Amino acid sequence: MDGLKDVILQYVTKEYLEDDSEPLDFETPLISGGIVDSFSMVSLKRFLENKYKIQIPDDKATPEAFDSVTKIASLVEEFVGKKG
Amino acid sequence: MAYPEKIRGLYQEQIKGIQTAGLFKQERFIHSPQAADIEVEFPSGAPLKKVINMCSNNYLGLSSHPEVVKAAHEGLESRGYGMSSVRFICGTQDIHRELERRMTEFLGTEDTLLFPSCMDANAGVFEAVLTKDDVMISDRLVHASLIDGIRLCSAMHDTYKHSDMAHLEEKLQLHADKRLKLVITDGVFSMDGDTAKLDEMVALCDRYAAMLLVDDSHSSGFIGKTGRGTHEKCGVMGKIDIITTTFGKALGGASGGCVSGRRELVEMCRQRARPYLFSNTIAPVVVSGVLKVMEILSASTERRDKLEKNAAYWRKGLTEAGFVLREGDTPIIPVMLFNAKLSQDFSKALYDEGIYAIGFFFPVVPQGQARIRTQISAGHEIDHLDRALEAFIKVGKTFNILGKTKPEIIQMYGT
Repeated sequence: MDGLKDVILQYVTKEYLEDDSEPLDFETPLISGGIVDSFSMVSLKRFLENKYKIQIPDDKATPEAFDSVTKIASLVEEFVGKKG
Repeated sequence: MAYPEKIRGLYQEQIKGIQTAGLFKQERFIHSPQAADIEVEFPSGAPLKKVINMCSNNYLGLSSHPEVVKAAHEGLESRGYGMSSVRFICGTQDIHRELERRMTEFLGTEDTLLFPSCMDANAGVFEAVLTKDDVMISDRLVHASLIDGIRLCSAMHDTYKHSDMAHLEEKLQLHADKRLKLVITDGVFSMDGDTAKLDEMVALCDRYAAMLLVDDSHSSGFIGKTGRGTHEKCGVMGKIDIITTTFGKALGGASGGCVSGRRELVEMCRQRARPYLFSNTIAPVVVSGVLKVMEILSASTERRDKLEKNAAYWRKGLTEAGFVLREGDTPIIPVMLFNAKLSQDFSKALYDEGIYAIGFFFPVVPQGQARIRTQISAGHEIDHLDRALEAFIKVGKTFNILGKTKPEIIQMYGT
């Protein structure tokens, strides 16, 4: 899963940030920090599911689990590991 | 009863928090009919002050029009005051169906259903026509009532960046597997006054087999050559699947709203939309007034033509005076101040000069985008606009923002 965090960071930056926003890092609080609203989380979830051919159950896709790039990467790794 | 001091204190703390954050809203009491010239009591108990109203949704100046008032009186006499029922039990009069026919004809759709308000129309429409197998894709700046309706619906929800068609297309591709896709936008965005790119949106929806919903509350009656709305302006009459709109703004300004569009979708709302099923019918007096409004608008475009000229005159005056404005060509013309406190101080100074215009700031608009939202009416005469402009320039000079750019204003006042 090399580069997973970079892929997520790049997607979040492109999807949610305005041109003049402060740059993000892996630990920036996304939902609790008001950068991503819980409504808009759905596109990130679907993007990850399509890209890594996984299914993240709704009960795992909580605002807490999506609150930073690092946390999202851990969640994705959990399900990528389960595929095989 | 269970309202001990502890609970009272909890709410008092919350209210105090709203006040401390500078977000406390105070009503201003108007002692006259809605019009360009109004008499206001503010703060409560203060002597009445005559001011020019620059912030109402009375776009066509019909809220107190004598013919509309007369028609409402006649409706009151002939159909009574209230119906004491929801529509489907015993709350539908002939005039309710007549207004639905008139709106269908005016908007160029297939059918229409009245709601107690457009807030109710937006609250009810999504759950009535979509299921959990579907997706709603909305512009990130849609009105709060659409957001509430979306929240009440079991379909998946995603958003696209404001008016960004490439981003919308990405989302249509991302959700290609969904049973139904519904794209959701305001026609004219209420805080910025810009218009949705409906021509491009219709083309995208055609390409990806998606339906399109437009809330035209800030458009119906005056946008487009004959005032039909943003779909007329963008050349896509007959191609919008659902239009929601209000009678509480240009169309008489009393209350009420509707869902208009494809016959089956409107029928689904009639069968399933909860605010329609479980809320009272629109009062006969209001329906009678709106029917007169529709008659006036169908007979002549004089009022929307005057509104268009007034809005262009006002925008030109503000631009030449050196204010920073939001781009657009609608009667919603925001004067950008960026700083929340500045917007409040500016509004107060305008009021002292006899101009009633409200400052908007976060969370009503995004952080750092505070503004005075001005709204022009066909009820304004050029003299009103000249006097208002004079006051804006005077106050603008006081705060030293005339001719200043956005970064310069932010440097002086912060965000």
